[in-house]
Amino acid sequence: MNPQAIIDGLISGSTIGLGAIGLTLTYSILRFANFTHGDFLAWGAYLTLTVAGVLGGLAAGLGAPVYPFSFGWGLPLAVLGGVALTVALALGLDRILFGRLRARGADTIIIVMASFGASMALRSLLEFIFTAKPAYFTKALQIANPLGLGMRATPDQLLVIGLTLLLVLVLHLVVTRSATGRAMRAVSENPALAGVYGIDVGKVVRVTWIIGAGMACIAGVMAGLLVQIRPYMGFDLLLPLFAAAILGGIGSIPGAMLGGLIIGLAEAFAVQIVGAEWRAAVSFVILVLVLMLRPQGIFGQRGA
Amino acid sequence: MTALALTGLHAGYDRDLPIVKGVSFTVQRGEAVCILGPNGAGKSTMIKAIAGLVPCFGGEVRLDGTDITGLASHVLVGKGMGFVPQMENIFTRLTILENLQIAAQLLPKQDRAGRIDAMFDMFPDLGSRPRELAGALSGGQRQMLAAARALLTEPRVLMLDEPSAGLSPKLVGQVFDTLRRISETGVTLVLVEQNVRAALGLTERALVLVDGQLAHDGPADALHDGRLLGELFLGHRTAEAGS
Amino acid sequence: MELLAYAAFFLTIALTYAIMCLGLNVQWGQTGLFNVGIAGFVGLGAYVSAALTTPDAAERIGGFGLPIAAGWLAAMIAGGVLALLVGLLTLRMRSDYLAITTFGIAVALQLVFQNAESLTGGAFGMAFIPRPFAGLQGQSFAFNLVNLALTVAVVAVVYLLLEHLLRSPWGRALRAVREDEVAAQALGKNPVLLRIQAFALGGAIMALAGAVQAHFIGFIAPGNYLPMMTFQVWAMLIVGGSGNNRGAVLGAVLVWAIWALSGALISEVFPADQQARAASLQIVVIGVMLCLILLWRPQGILPEVRSVSRHLGRRNKDT
Repeated sequence: MNPQAIIDGLISGSTIGLGAIGLTLTYSILRFANFTHGDFLAWGAYLTLTVAGVLGGLAAGLGAPVYPFSFGWGLPLAVLGGVALTVALALGLDRILFGRLRARGADTIIIVMASFGASMALRSLLEFIFTAKPAYFTKALQIANPLGLGMRATPDQLLVIGLTLLLVLVLHLVVTRSATGRAMRAVSENPALAGVYGIDVGKVVRVTWIIGAGMACIAGVMAGLLVQIRPYMGFDLLLPLFAAAILGGIGSIPGAMLGGLIIGLAEAFAVQIVGAEWRAAVSFVILVLVLMLRPQGIFGQRGA
Repeated sequence: MTALALTGLHAGYDRDLPIVKGVSFTVQRGEAVCILGPNGAGKSTMIKAIAGLVPCFGGEVRLDGTDITGLASHVLVGKGMGFVPQMENIFTRLTILENLQIAAQLLPKQDRAGRIDAMFDMFPDLGSRPRELAGALSGGQRQMLAAARALLTEPRVLMLDEPSAGLSPKLVGQVFDTLRRISETGVTLVLVEQNVRAALGLTERALVLVDGQLAHDGPADALHDGRLLGELFLGHRTAEAGS
Repeated sequence: MELLAYAAFFLTIALTYAIMCLGLNVQWGQTGLFNVGIAGFVGLGAYVSAALTTPDAAERIGGFGLPIAAGWLAAMIAGGVLALLVGLLTLRMRSDYLAITTFGIAVALQLVFQNAESLTGGAFGMAFIPRPFAGLQGQSFAFNLVNLALTVAVVAVVYLLLEHLLRSPWGRALRAVREDEVAAQALGKNPVLLRIQAFALGGAIMALAGAVQAHFIGFIAPGNYLPMMTFQVWAMLIVGGSGNNRGAVLGAVLVWAIWALSGALISEVFPADQQARAASLQIVVIGVMLCLILLWRPQGILPEVRSVSRHLGRRNKDT
């Protein structure tokens, strides 16, 4: 077994975990499996790419790589813009589609179906605007530095892992310690009662989209930075995201992260054992196993 | 001084099938009123409509003279309306303290800790273990927490939907003792009850709702011997069987 | 004459989609189960039937040269068994777990179609799938016409069978479970069992549709069974009217017509190098249409006859 699989797994697992956080939050607070979430990752990557292009046009120096990374200051700046635009996309979609269906009292599964239709439309719209050709944040090549024990990683990859852990920690503290987090947990248990307690449920819903879409954008940028940007990247990540969210336990942020890392590692090892072409099946196998053995997930409450 | 006034209220889940059909009554400040009626009469729907949980299709609800018809439940809390739903009235996956902290969020920052402490003084059972999950509480203690949560923001009107539901007779006594204490502090109480005897022991005035309409509004004493109540309830039943 | 031959060809393809729609209608329209893996079930049917009926081929296992009818039957069994397993796994849990799992099934089967070369022919797919009335292949009009007749017959049989089933006590129990699970349970119906049965029946019908389509075209490849197909079939049923079998057939023909016409339009209007890009607009349009219908006319063109299903409208708010 090649120890490099551990690093590869942690890196792709970080992206999956970060993406799954948004999915698990919308799932537990808005109470539906959002099939457009994967497309938020892809849109986040493309929107960030667009903002980076505009910034690069304004100030050419922003594109120059900052040692030891492969990208310049333009990218972190562009991520801020990309996050804002992805959040706007999610809030807009909630206003014109999901929010209306909720207000009408439509069944969960109708909202799931609407998210499925919207995800197809969003993905194809990306393909129409940017074509199916892959895009890249940077053309610079990076050398992977040895980490010991036969493992190597590029500075970009280490940054991704570090940033992910930091974001997860911050989010976890927000949800467990702050008033906003308390309100989110309350709405996830019982939205009607939350109103009776004086919580503005609409506001909690908006906060949920902001966190979810923001994390999705960052995860999309990470995936784009480490591999490439394609209109279908979000769709290809959707099953790993769902599997990670369910494995971790719906509603649990540390669970989603842990689920993401487990799936990333399992994929990396599976690639070495059975071949890269079966990579996508790993999430499915894990999903089925979880549903069979522990449907509430690692950190989930029973009866969820 | 009128605390709560309903005028011709129509409410329900479906505009074509209102469950509450034109109910009017007023509750004076400091008064304790109990709403009785047979199963399915619309008591619960009416109180939920006042609390902003069920759509109103017509008529008006006023709180201290202000029109509050159709306002969202969280807005009403800020306006001085406290509501305790029948079941599932606390967040079981949050701690006792967190339950109260959420309610305290509506108060100015400097008042929050003081009000939470005041509630813990009033309900020592809760104050002794603030960091326990609310889901670990017994049925009676849950009702205490629900009442404490609603009282925390010092509402002018406190409405409770069947506080005795699912409790043993001993606990019902305890809950109603607490309600009496609350009423004595001057809070206006509106109570929906199935447990007629317990409710009539607490309130001076009783409303009887039958088939979404007000069938009786008067002193609770008049209902004590049960004959009038039986007539009102049974009268409804025969009418239903005939229709 | 050529136009008529094309019309027959078009209708035959549309009707294979109608069979998928009828299968979905058992799962969604009658039972309220959300299957996001239709393409997987259809593909499974196509591959199973193809593997059994094609002539022996050196490069892969299978190729038993069995009659077409045997292929169809095996396809239905495979689809039904797969749906049964999925149902057993997920139907006790909340409704969107089924959606996620079926989505996963389609992804996993797609990988099998792509990668299990010794079984499926890999990315190149399988050719020489026997076509019904192959003797007429020289005369395209007659060939398309008899195949259309055959597909019409299959649709009719499935339609009549489903209509009969839905009027039976089983069908009534199914709707009862959908409308009010608690009440149905109190009457002694087992909701989970009924759902699993309906899901398996729907899966078998979808697989049959895949087999019929594969034998009509004579060639299959993994690219035929992308999530796109799932999406199209959903659009068809929602447009036509979920819960209504005639709506399912109407929706299939209508959406397929929109699809084919807009595809033709794109190839006329856009230059060759932009056509793939423009084709993605087609999907955008159908996706937006699906959302608009869910928002404005959730019952579709032909609403369900008995009662507009509750899960399309308001949920029970008494809880």
